[in-house]
Amino acid sequence: MATAAPLLESRGIGRQHRDRTAWLIRDISFALRSGDGVALTGPTGSGKTVLLRSLAMLDAVDEGEVLWHGTSPTSDEIPVYRSRAIYLPQRPRLFEGTVERNLQLPYSLAVHRHQVYSRENIVSYLDQLGRDEHFLALDSMNLSGGEIQIVALLRAIQLAPTLLLLDEPTGSLDESTTQQIEQLVTHWMSEAVGERGFVWVTHDATQTERVASRTLQLWDGQLVELETHQ
Amino acid sequence: MKSYVELSTLQVTVAALLIIVNAAISLALRLRLERSFLIASVRTVLQLLLIGLVLDWVFQVERTIVVIAILTIMTGIAGYTAFTRTAHAYAGMLVDTMIAVWASSWFVLAFAMFAVLQGARSWHDPQYAVPLLGMILGNTLNGITLGLAGVLDGFQSGRGQVETLLALGATRWEAARETIQKALTTATTPIINSMMVVGLVSLPGMMTGQLLSGVEPIEAVKYQIVIMFLVASATALGSVGVVLMAYRRLFNKHHQFQYDRILKK
Repeated sequence: MATAAPLLESRGIGRQHRDRTAWLIRDISFALRSGDGVALTGPTGSGKTVLLRSLAMLDAVDEGEVLWHGTSPTSDEIPVYRSRAIYLPQRPRLFEGTVERNLQLPYSLAVHRHQVYSRENIVSYLDQLGRDEHFLALDSMNLSGGEIQIVALLRAIQLAPTLLLLDEPTGSLDESTTQQIEQLVTHWMSEAVGERGFVWVTHDATQTERVASRTLQLWDGQLVELETHQ
Repeated sequence: MKSYVELSTLQVTVAALLIIVNAAISLALRLRLERSFLIASVRTVLQLLLIGLVLDWVFQVERTIVVIAILTIMTGIAGYTAFTRTAHAYAGMLVDTMIAVWASSWFVLAFAMFAVLQGARSWHDPQYAVPLLGMILGNTLNGITLGLAGVLDGFQSGRGQVETLLALGATRWEAARETIQKALTTATTPIINSMMVVGLVSLPGMMTGQLLSGVEPIEAVKYQIVIMFLVASATALGSVGVVLMAYRRLFNKHHQFQYDRILKK
């Protein structure tokens, strides 16, 4: 049986500084196969966010290409690609209104119109976190940092994406919220075993142990694969 | 018999006394405004006298090229002014602003000259074309500036939300629509407001001018209605145009928001 193309492949990606005097990241190549949970580590300023944004095609790359199931998405396909490979920024933004309104928001986009918002689905996620329906009625502007992160993650995983690009989602969260985030991602992975994957930026070695199957380290704009655990 | 009081130089000078009163108050209270008042008054006199002379000449020579030249200068100044009045900018903004001001005002002017004012001697009859374009530009300038400033500020401060939408699979249009909508509301609110209250709380300058020069109120009103429609239409066209051009510059076809292109002035 021929091996299927990787879910996501980065082929020699490079991005320059805005004034084109230096490379922020360069020659980044790696493949992420279905079922892979990749931890991305590296010191502050090593280009982790730049890499994740490039993978999400939120910024144009100066070199190389991103392949999704073996092909590079055309301009028209990029929104669909992003709906399958969702990027979550370090500090996610919520829109005015209740938590539930934020969760319903993606369904107004053309790319998600074939899906419908399911409150039951969300409630079952909340249940796992020890929260109930009342959470949905909260004003998004009054949430804590951890709660914002949870809403942003729920907003993404309810859409059943294939890949999550998580930019340090638990960087500034307390232990119990961190655990809830990890639980949500693990649960989302288990909903379609061996079909999904993630890249998770983290500084926490024990978190890497807990959630990831591989570790990539970004050092001064270059990528190194560390030992594979498990 | 003339139907209005023709002002002599002396009578105009009498009006200047009012400014002297202002200056005296400023001096007495040490407001330090007397210098500004003086400069502003002198500029008012000089600029208006100058344009009076220019118009006098333009009306007399009646040459197409001269009329087009003066319309072009007016439009260029308006476009440049709109360009300078925003807090943010992007590469190519001057061109976009000029196109928006030019296309909207000249289209509406042409429509007015050909379709509305059919009694005019020609499409470039300076008696109509020059003041009409002046009215149109004076008002659309605000709309275009407000629209442009609104959309740039909106994209600049709303980066997080725009990118959140893009990351969830929004097209560039879906991600930008709300900001664009808000900017256009801001741009068109002043003209809509003035259409709402015209005649009730304000008598527009043009209509006042016509009344002072002895035109029948109903005739003056008809002109004013036409002017309001011209201005509203040019404002809408110009602000929609400039906002969409800014959008095209800031979002590429790969549905990427090029935040770096927004520069602080």
